[in-house]
Amino acid sequence: MDTFLQQLINGLTAGSVYAVVALGYTMVYGIIQLINFAHGEVVMIGAMVAFTVINALAPSGLPPLAVVLIGTGCAVPVCMLVGYSMERLAYRPLRGAPRLAPLITAIGVSIILQHLALMIWSRNIMAFPQIIESRTYFIAGAAITTVQIAILGICVLLMGALALLVYRTPLGTAMRATAQNPQVAGLMGIDVNRVIAATFVIGAALGAVAGVLFGTYYGIAQYTMGSVLGLKAFSAAVLGGIGNIPGAMLGGVLLGLVEALGAGYIGDLTDLCQYGWLSGLIDACAGGGHFILFGSNYQDVFAFVVLILVLVIRPSGLLGERVGERA
Amino acid sequence: MLEVRQLQVRYGGIRAVKGVDLDVGEGELVCLIGANGAGKSSTLKAICRLIASDSSRLSYLGSDIRKSLVHELPRRGLVMVPEGRGIFPQLTVHENLAMGAYARGGGDPAAQYERFPRLKERRHQVAGTLSGGEQQMLAIARALMSEPKLLLLDEPSMGLAPQMVAKIFEIVREIAAQGVTILLVEQNALLALELAHRGYVMESGEISLAGEAKRLLENPRVREAYLGEGAG
Repeated sequence: MDTFLQQLINGLTAGSVYAVVALGYTMVYGIIQLINFAHGEVVMIGAMVAFTVINALAPSGLPPLAVVLIGTGCAVPVCMLVGYSMERLAYRPLRGAPRLAPLITAIGVSIILQHLALMIWSRNIMAFPQIIESRTYFIAGAAITTVQIAILGICVLLMGALALLVYRTPLGTAMRATAQNPQVAGLMGIDVNRVIAATFVIGAALGAVAGVLFGTYYGIAQYTMGSVLGLKAFSAAVLGGIGNIPGAMLGGVLLGLVEALGAGYIGDLTDLCQYGWLSGLIDACAGGGHFILFGSNYQDVFAFVVLILVLVIRPSGLLGERVGERA
Repeated sequence: MLEVRQLQVRYGGIRAVKGVDLDVGEGELVCLIGANGAGKSSTLKAICRLIASDSSRLSYLGSDIRKSLVHELPRRGLVMVPEGRGIFPQLTVHENLAMGAYARGGGDPAAQYERFPRLKERRHQVAGTLSGGEQQMLAIARALMSEPKLLLLDEPSMGLAPQMVAKIFEIVREIAAQGVTILLVEQNALLALELAHRGYVMESGEISLAGEAKRLLENPRVREAYLGEGAG
């Protein structure tokens, strides 16, 4: 039971970060039907910039919280600029081109950003300095750290703020209008290019914060971290229904849970020694030993198993893909 | 108010509009009639810069709009209600109206709700669930939210039941009476000419006839071609 609760907490924490990253994918897809594969790289750049600043300020004696806030405060505008630039330079010129062209471009942008990061930060892993004293609390035998609580709180806050922006402000309504019919949105006086750029910039800002959170959670950042994180968040967006904002939130959390619970139990379930007829065949099982086929290092597999299952069984995702239904 | 000279629209190699001259004066209700595919909609779309076009003159309120961007014109009071209504199906009626006022930074839909009580009843409903007539009302109300000086209407009667068509035309008449200049594109020539001050008849990309709406109604060629009467 405590494995379950523990993995539930771990899964929720990672899942809420996936959800925030997934929002970046889903918002852009919703408005221009582009899967922006470079979004994971934006998240990576957020983590790298923040880690650089945090490492530089760590010996300064400033309070740890201030150091992290300044680091994040530097990462967010840098990522917003990266998000704006990629839309302006790479995707806008391809507006109206066949869908494959911007998709391939997105992969290209992703490679370019990753290699820029390699040139700036080298291939070394950057570590998060030991400045935060994380406390651990116990609930029914499961541990939860202050860092996890902070991550969960910030992610919930970000998602709430985004929902307010999209569903309660004129800019948000203009974004939804543009997603449904860009031509008519223009006829209403909405500057469609600006709305699309704003979507990229908002997604990038969310990605920056997610990058800092993710880096802080695992304590490391590296120029390659965007690829797997990006693919997982993309899977989460597909799970919830790509283009669907509540879907991305739900998909992210679910994916985190599936991954954590999968990692928590796969070892036990694939311990061949517990299956009577098999244990007799395996020497290692003698005297209560274990022969584990898949360990928790297979964690990453689950996200992609989920992606494949969704694409096979329910391609429109749990909450449904945003379809451009015209009345 | 609106001056168009030698307007041309090409789709690939096909010339859909071949040198159209057209004027709309302040306070006028002008209609552009013609058969399906005559180039009426293309003319309208070219005026509001939705599609690329060539012209020797395209001016609105005395200024050249040949290089204006689509979203700039509504801010100057030139607003189009597109063919097929073009409402935002997944936004509520209220949100649709709010988008109409986007160009001028927001506005109060009370006047539109008074004009269209049906829309008020359904203001929290998603627009895609409205009937065709209600959607046309919403499209017109949304355009009026921007307080247009010149309203371009593209086939407002399309796909509507005769009763609803009569209602929509009555609304157009009211809007015109309130001082909004209107350029109306219609296939329903009889209704359009009865409503308008002046009319243009378009045939395969060119203006074939122009003049007072009353005169056009009496013109035997118009009666034969568009009002379903034998030449006699």
